[in-house]
Amino acid sequence: MVDVYIDEKYVGMVDNAREFVRAVREERRKGKLPAALNVSYERDFNEVVLNTITGRARRPLIIVDNGVLRLTEEHIKKLKANEMNWDALVKEGVIEYLDAGEEEEAYVALNEKYLTKEHTHMEISPIVILGMITSLVPYANFGQSSRLNRGSKTQKQSLGMYASNFLLRIDTDVSILHYPQRPIVRSFMHDIIHYEKHPSGHNLTIAVMSYDGYNMQDAIILNKGSVERGVARSSYFRPYVVEELRYQGGLVDEIGVPDKDVKGYKTEEDYRYLEDDGIVYPEAKLHEHEVVIGKTSPPRFLGELEEFSIAANMRRESSLTVKQGEHGIVDFVAVTENEEGNKLIQVRLRDLRIPEIGDKFASRHGQKGVIGRIVPQTDMPFTTSGVTPDIIFSPHSLPSRMTISHLIEIIGGKAGALAGRYIDGSTFSAESESDLRNMLLDMGFRENGTEKMYNGITGEAFNAVIFIGNMYYMKLKHMVANKLHARASGRIQLLTRQPIEGRSKGGGLRLGEMEKDCFVAHGASLLLKERFDSDRAVVYICESCGMLAVYDNMKSKAYCTKCGTNVDVSSVELSYAFKLLLDELKSLGIYPKVHLKSKY
Amino acid sequence: MGADDGLMKEYKGRIPEPMLKTFKEYASEVGLSKAKQKKALERIEHRFLSSKIHPGEAIGIVTAESFGEPGTQMTLRTFHFAGVAEANVTLGLPRLIELFDARKDISTPIMEIYLKKQPKDDKELEKLIALIKEIKFSEVIAEITINIVKMHIEVQLNRKRMKEIEVREDALLKSIRNALKTVEITEKDGMLIMKPKMKELTLPSLYAIKERIKDVHIKGIEGIKQVLPVKRNDEIILIPTGSNLKKVIEIEQVDPTKTVSNDIFETAKVLGIEAARNAIIKEISKVLHDQGLEIDERHIMFVGDLMTTTGSVKGVTRSGITGEKESVLARASFETPIVHLINASMVGEIDKLNSVVENVLVNQPIPLGTGLPGLVTKMKEGKDEQ
Repeated sequence: MVDVYIDEKYVGMVDNAREFVRAVREERRKGKLPAALNVSYERDFNEVVLNTITGRARRPLIIVDNGVLRLTEEHIKKLKANEMNWDALVKEGVIEYLDAGEEEEAYVALNEKYLTKEHTHMEISPIVILGMITSLVPYANFGQSSRLNRGSKTQKQSLGMYASNFLLRIDTDVSILHYPQRPIVRSFMHDIIHYEKHPSGHNLTIAVMSYDGYNMQDAIILNKGSVERGVARSSYFRPYVVEELRYQGGLVDEIGVPDKDVKGYKTEEDYRYLEDDGIVYPEAKLHEHEVVIGKTSPPRFLGELEEFSIAANMRRESSLTVKQGEHGIVDFVAVTENEEGNKLIQVRLRDLRIPEIGDKFASRHGQKGVIGRIVPQTDMPFTTSGVTPDIIFSPHSLPSRMTISHLIEIIGGKAGALAGRYIDGSTFSAESESDLRNMLLDMGFRENGTEKMYNGITGEAFNAVIFIGNMYYMKLKHMVANKLHARASGRIQLLTRQPIEGRSKGGGLRLGEMEKDCFVAHGASLLLKERFDSDRAVVYICESCGMLAVYDNMKSKAYCTKCGTNVDVSSVELSYAFKLLLDELKSLGIYPKVHLKSKY
Repeated sequence: MGADDGLMKEYKGRIPEPMLKTFKEYASEVGLSKAKQKKALERIEHRFLSSKIHPGEAIGIVTAESFGEPGTQMTLRTFHFAGVAEANVTLGLPRLIELFDARKDISTPIMEIYLKKQPKDDKELEKLIALIKEIKFSEVIAEITINIVKMHIEVQLNRKRMKEIEVREDALLKSIRNALKTVEITEKDGMLIMKPKMKELTLPSLYAIKERIKDVHIKGIEGIKQVLPVKRNDEIILIPTGSNLKKVIEIEQVDPTKTVSNDIFETAKVLGIEAARNAIIKEISKVLHDQGLEIDERHIMFVGDLMTTTGSVKGVTRSGITGEKESVLARASFETPIVHLINASMVGEIDKLNSVVENVLVNQPIPLGTGLPGLVTKMKEGKDEQ
């Protein structure tokens, strides 16, 4: 007797578990039981488990009886003639979905070649092991699996046409690639998802070689001529949103150009792009800290108004300004209202992003890199026919990563570009590499994709022949313009007097624990002290009680609040954080007594 | 011509004794002239002095960095377990953490048992293995059931297996009686019936007793589950899973001078603290070497020294050597600051700001490297002149 569970609930027992499971499956295939039902016999626990709950991962397989596929020629004919569809196949019991439990008992053949009598199912196509985005990687069966993961991950970060109505939308942190192209080397998935409607890259000429060491590690060299012709140009959009909020007591925000006597008024210059309604006009060129939407708010505390008000304006300036380190052109202005009925202004800033050193690029094979240098076209290496590559890619990125698909795409891209057609690079069913090589040969090129090239600076021929071809390259959303950050001095935290954190606030760059260790290991102790001087403080300490003393500026004399003026008080330089620690210890009821000793 | 006695005397104490001894041997072997000997000794002394650690060198930090940097690479490599024949041994980062923390309960205790004499044949080897391997009662049970009606446990013995591993029934019963004194054992139809002598016997307690009966030690050495003979350099050694150094080296055929355990605490208990230090060094080197990482042995030795210098094995944790730092501020800035601060305030501890962390905290130059030397000068005019 074997226990039976339906959706984790015990329902009864059966005598012959295997026969029961077989019968349930047969009924399901006939359509008498729901197709969403899965049944399996768990041998280890000696129980039969039936599942209908939602959220199980299931996958479709073709059913096999005694080594014969249920999917017949006739089915295929009908499918091709559009007389039958997928759902009909499931209904007819040709295809069924297995969950993890039932899959445990299935014996799945990869394809008809391996089919034997023991098999219970057959894979519909080996391509189903890949997801949608991974299927976009051409020649994926020639690459390492971990690189495929990375390849699909980078494709998600690529700039392109994210939505064709982007002009009418307000999205946060988006870009549009100028002149996007569809890939020459493509896969079946490009058709299915209509990739041509939202492409996200360019077919670039790529040479695999080194160039003066500027493409070390994963860096790439970009041709300045190509950049000027529009390669990888993109527009960056950022919305600036302001709401006219209502406060307690009938007070409201006011969108408009603030009066000059408003509290916190910036300079007149900052407001110069505002129109009379307090909103910038389209195509205004804004720089950092300039006002996008002018706004004033009521005073924060009502008391303020009553006590100090000299009648009229106690309103606060609360305009929205362009973020630190950013600039752009006003692209789109929308005046609407939000769900609560408050006035809502949305302004979209556009910024042209021309590729610069540090921008990130990637091919579809998990080969990503940043621009190491942009070289004038005159200095780029050229082939006998005068072609200069758009990108120079380092050969050292290849052996350890084993992305053969990357290499094949270069050959495929070259053959496709020269023949003027697309190349099918679908995983497991792509055009064969030897066909591509023959195509190149037929068109008068070397079959292995290499060409004789010349140094663009000296004009000398390189001793080695260079592997050059075309491939689909994507600009990724990580651009230096959004990340560049440096600081000498700036805002500090109120509590610790240490620099504040974060790029957007102009914060400092932390010299962390491990960096500190590095200074210590080098014995550079005075340099270390200097680096940690950001919160340096000079405090007075009473030598009698060892606690903080006070400096009286009027009398130019330090004294201890506890021991009075008749004690020695010395000034000590230490970090403000330590002074804070002493204060916190006192609040804990601990008496931190500082003993002072002359250093010399 | 031998080594020059005058030179030997001159350099005695200037370079280490073993170095001098080796030089003496070589010098007489090669036959160096006195002038050449002098030159050679000069160079030896120079090399020796330049290989010494300089005052103010941050050896602790350098050691920590030397472990830390390759350690970050280790986490990325997923092979943290390796099979020695059939036994799985924890390797890689988990093992390294285990060693540094000086865990008492290591995840895979293992030994290397060397033999005094190689066994003549397989039979002798098997006999030896039977002597070492622990046999629990559950191994000789064919079936064990709880009789709910009569409230006792029925055990069917696997007599075939008992014969194989040479367990006699009377010895077996004796060891069960010794281990579980409250259980009354009777025999009926070749079945052992065990009834606990308890006033109120409930089913859960009966079940607990059943589990305890299964665990009763019958033969061999406790804690050793499996013994694998492995041939290493033409020598058969035994690798058991589980460790019990004390009992194993008591066995006559075992060579106690070579037999080791990977359990640091056991090594310390049985062989002493110096052995534990060596074991720490050996185990850490082994882990790093298996991962293909090269760390200078002296870093490892330094860690081994620190962990054992108090006479007992201490881990690099807040309860171990880090918790024994002199400075209150240094301890407080590591882990559980409030505990340290409050305890320090209760006894009135004084932090003399002698080390690194506390000086970073108050933003003073650390007493290492360029911050170590002080200038000694006589001031011309000044009250503080002494």
